[in-house]
Amino acid sequence: MRKSGGVGGMWALRFSRYIRGAPLGGGSHWAGLSLGSRFTQAASGRSDSRQEAAGDPRQRGLVYQNPTWQHVEQRPLPQKKVTVEVLDHLERLALVDFRDWEGVQRLEKAIQFADQLHAVNTEGVEPMDSVLEDRCLYLREDNITEGTCTEELLRNARETVEEYFIAPPGNIPLPKLEERDTFLQVSE
Amino acid sequence: MAASILRRCWGSLLAQRCRTGDVPVLHNGQTWRRAQASGSIASGRRAGNSPAGERGVAPWVAVVGLEIHAQISSNSKLFSGSQVQFAAPPNSLVSFFDASLPGTLPALNRRCVEAAVMTGLALNCRINKKSLFDRKHYFYADLPAGYQITQQRLPVAVNGSLSYSLCVGGKKNQMVTRTVRIKQIQLEQDSGKSLHDDTRSQTLIDLNRAGVGLMEVVMEPDMSSGEEAAAAVRELQLILQTLGSSQAIMAEGQLRVDANVSVHHPGEAYGVRTEVKNINSARFLARAIDYEIQRQIKELENGQTVMNETRAFDYKHGCTIPMRDKEGKQDYRFMPEPNLPPLILYDTKSLPANMNHQQVVNIDWIRERLPDLPSVKRVKLVEQYGILPEHSVALLNEDGLMEFFQNVVRQTQMNPKKVIGWILNDMLCYLKQHNLTVKESPVSSLLLADLLNLLERGAISSSAAKQVFEELWKGEGKTPLQIVKEKKLELIQDQQEFEQICQAVMEGHQEEVMEIKKGNRKVLNKLIGLVQRTTRGRADPVLVKQILEKRLSQ
Repeated sequence: MRKSGGVGGMWALRFSRYIRGAPLGGGSHWAGLSLGSRFTQAASGRSDSRQEAAGDPRQRGLVYQNPTWQHVEQRPLPQKKVTVEVLDHLERLALVDFRDWEGVQRLEKAIQFADQLHAVNTEGVEPMDSVLEDRCLYLREDNITEGTCTEELLRNARETVEEYFIAPPGNIPLPKLEERDTFLQVSE
Repeated sequence: MAASILRRCWGSLLAQRCRTGDVPVLHNGQTWRRAQASGSIASGRRAGNSPAGERGVAPWVAVVGLEIHAQISSNSKLFSGSQVQFAAPPNSLVSFFDASLPGTLPALNRRCVEAAVMTGLALNCRINKKSLFDRKHYFYADLPAGYQITQQRLPVAVNGSLSYSLCVGGKKNQMVTRTVRIKQIQLEQDSGKSLHDDTRSQTLIDLNRAGVGLMEVVMEPDMSSGEEAAAAVRELQLILQTLGSSQAIMAEGQLRVDANVSVHHPGEAYGVRTEVKNINSARFLARAIDYEIQRQIKELENGQTVMNETRAFDYKHGCTIPMRDKEGKQDYRFMPEPNLPPLILYDTKSLPANMNHQQVVNIDWIRERLPDLPSVKRVKLVEQYGILPEHSVALLNEDGLMEFFQNVVRQTQMNPKKVIGWILNDMLCYLKQHNLTVKESPVSSLLLADLLNLLERGAISSSAAKQVFEELWKGEGKTPLQIVKEKKLELIQDQQEFEQICQAVMEGHQEEVMEIKKGNRKVLNKLIGLVQRTTRGRADPVLVKQILEKRLSQ
């Protein structure tokens, strides 16, 4: 969930290692309920807010009893406008058409929402990719245990020939921006 | 992007400078030495076509890097328990996970990890004790999840090397050993197969291959010709087959090669590269790369630029053609695979005491059990049998030929140095002619050993032995001795009979005899040949020469 690439890192969402830092103790990885409180707490920069909000988790169990919320100022956040190029790129990757400005505005709002994470101070914190990252990766023995379900699988397909799925001939790309009858051109 | 534009300009700049013959000659630097060593690619073309050639400008140097996908030899797929098998009925080996139905999760196959570690060790890689899985996104019907699970950030093995031998020189009689660096080996999923039905404008999808384990071996651009690349791939193929980590049969798509090719002048920056995709045949590998090298040189010398593009090799016409690129430049949107924690490998030192052994891949344990690699086998063959290095290369190049040779040697008194000639010249030649593998040979190692014993004992001449071999090849179940008896191929042992034949030949060819007596010794060979013909190869040539010389001097 960390990387976005296409949209210039706007989606960059980092779970702070702080979440499962020392206070949570060994063996705990799941801090889902308290995520909100962690981020705001980190943003506020006050190291003692956790105690105030939820008490010592070592005494109260692994999950924080009371989530806390703190409002993040919208103003200092970077207000990114989604450019036509980025929109075109996204539409191509997703093979979807945003159709109208309402759709674009919804996208911008979503980006802004996610951008609040930029307010979190993550300096010196090693990024965490997954809450499972200190778990052992289970290794399976090399045995054949499944796979004979052709009929069941093909039942999901709209179109089949013999035992094949039928797909369109290659990807059907969206036409080039300038050849496309889209609102993106006129509104530029 | 900017870099690519820059490189493109640089390319055309180069081309212009070539035409005006202004390129400084650089006679040092490793690239230049490489170019010389590999016989300076396309120097002929340059000297002929380019005015710069006359001023002694350095020839073009090609840079070739390879990405090789090897299918892991395993019973089940990388992340699911469905079977791995070539040419099964369509969609018969597909689990819900392979079809990426919602709610399914990957479960890593230990065998695939071990195969990758084994391959990494054999290629002198550093094995990462912690490696990570990532999602690489692209949208295509034979990849139903919309992403491939691969190892982008931290692959299982890095920083290795592969040494390979090839024959150089005008007569291809000089063996040299070269080394290519291995950048990394990563575990990843294979995609399904698409069959394009152009007439009905639809694509048929078979997901049997979807999710099969692959090792992607990334080689650094340390090669400079198709021949080198082909030799490196062949060596890798032999190593994989020796390890058993992949069957590496190119015809079944178990070994697929993508080549990155560029050309430049020695001492100057690398040129813009193209990628020749999906070279799936050993035979065409060298040709595809060499064609691409020549094409780029031609483009540049004609003042054109080389485009950074993906090309495919057209087997029918022997050329590379631009591939219709999937929607411009790719954006794979790599992200960590959230369903797979890091893959942790252990060595004997780091292995926790109470660990379930089924959950452990121990690097040291695998290293201790590595079989002899082809390079080691070759050295041993040379040492043990006194054969030439190129003989050892030829023995290993054919599946089962080394064992065949060793069996013959074990069962015959003949010197292995002589046996090798029979194996490589006669045996291999027949196999190739009839398009057979060693296992399919109608002549077993025992029969060949019997035959060579007859030859070694002096019971038959070597030309008679060749006749027997030809008979044996028919596979009629006769022993060499039976054939010798039937065809009366034994050497003439009776000295008197011999003398008579020689006498008769001399009397029949007085002119030649006079020549020899005048001092023209070369004619003696003609007489020996004539005696051989009369006896249908049953005369020992050494003996014939002795008798003839004795009689001529009388």
